[in-house]
Amino acid sequence: MTAKVITVTSGKGGVGKTTATANLSAAMADSGKKVVCIDADIGLRNLDVALGLENRIVYDLVDVVEGRCRIRQAMIRDKRLPELFLIPAAQTRDKSAVSPSDMIKLCDELRADFDWIFIDSPAGIERGFRNSVAPADHIIVITNPEVAAVRDADRIIGLIEAEEKGPALLIINRIKPGMVRRGEMLSVEDILELLAVELIGMVPDDETVMINTNRGIPVILDGKSKAGQAFRNVALRLSGTQVPFMELEDQRGFIGRLKRIIRN
Amino acid sequence: MQPKVKIKGIREGLLIILGDGTWVELLEALLEHLDDQGEFLKGAHIAVDVGKCVLDAQDLLDLRNEISNRQLELRAVLSVSPVTEHNAQSLGLAIQIGILSSEIELPTLGTTLQEGGEAILVRRTLRSGYSIKNAGHVIIIGDVNPGAEIMAGGDVLVWGKLRGVVHAGAGGNENAVVCALDLSPTQLRIAGLISLTPKRRGKPSPEMAHIKEGQVVAEPWDPKRERI
Repeated sequence: MTAKVITVTSGKGGVGKTTATANLSAAMADSGKKVVCIDADIGLRNLDVALGLENRIVYDLVDVVEGRCRIRQAMIRDKRLPELFLIPAAQTRDKSAVSPSDMIKLCDELRADFDWIFIDSPAGIERGFRNSVAPADHIIVITNPEVAAVRDADRIIGLIEAEEKGPALLIINRIKPGMVRRGEMLSVEDILELLAVELIGMVPDDETVMINTNRGIPVILDGKSKAGQAFRNVALRLSGTQVPFMELEDQRGFIGRLKRIIRN
Repeated sequence: MQPKVKIKGIREGLLIILGDGTWVELLEALLEHLDDQGEFLKGAHIAVDVGKCVLDAQDLLDLRNEISNRQLELRAVLSVSPVTEHNAQSLGLAIQIGILSSEIELPTLGTTLQEGGEAILVRRTLRSGYSIKNAGHVIIIGDVNPGAEIMAGGDVLVWGKLRGVVHAGAGGNENAVVCALDLSPTQLRIAGLISLTPKRRGKPSPEMAHIKEGQVVAEPWDPKRERI
């Protein structure tokens, strides 16, 4: 096995980096792949919360880098998905505790034992961002359909290109089809026209995401969630499977059926 | 034999001139020099003249990291190689001194600018955060996205969509023009005048903005135009 290293980043905070990392990792592990996800947001960790593993942290990323424990000791195995491991960030330190070369070394040691390594990047374009992208084979940029998030995504994509880590892959998160239809939200086409990178996922705005994240359950485990399905599709595309983009409009219920009939 | 590393004080900070040799040797000599003088130089803005060395983006990135590890800031890389210059620009580094400081100083720039100065050609899309500053003209083949900026002493030509901030004739040259295939900048300045782009209706077409009777006006590109 030689793992592929995927870094999830965004520039702007709060667009769904951690949710995406948790769900892509979980979706890969659910399909039988061996996965480790690394929280690189030292000082503001929360990937452990999204995965519901915060009460099992003993050692963290900084302990590994500074040699206080072996990598295996810092890896927390998910009980629901036995192929999924988490290396949590330290909460009491800051980004400067780890260097880009530490991250490269860590990932190189992990590569032999895993299929996928996901890194959850902190927001911003400083040290934490550079730590996260240094070991990456592919970088997923995540954005929301709002002007500020797209602007930051553009900046991040520029930095990725400058570091010769491109081309970036794009996930557009929290799309509200109704608002797009009414012209109140940037459409996927608008965003792609500006960013000019490959789209790998469109995730609808979905309450089930927050409900599940708060409970520490990856939303892909919720069979009814549209967002969960969207993240599963991203995982499939990363593995090289062709999956058509799903219809984001809600077409359940009487009105939905009616619309579908009219459209066809 | 001339020394491998020479340090000169300039208005914007320090200029480090590297002599002849391979990049590995030069980098080592440079870092050794910086380490020796560590405390004394702390916080300085640095320009490095790498001479004939051809550096890829990774080399420049390493250089920037090494320099920032020593509490210094790399602001510019001077080179005779266009490849190095291109890579330096893509990392947001200046490639000339004189415009090293991050705030462009318009009045002083004005004294050195002449219409028809050297042009630079940038063959890529400028994404948010990128900034191109040149005392002469600036030509971009690609888009200029919102959040990117161009400052030119002369004209600005964008073969693509211009949506960032653009300043032509930054030294006060009121004859400067801005041309773009899709001219919809966040803000457009020519010499001392500032204008915003009105909401566009319909399909974008190539336009040229210039100063006419004390106002910035954008006119559709007309191939029969007499004066450009």
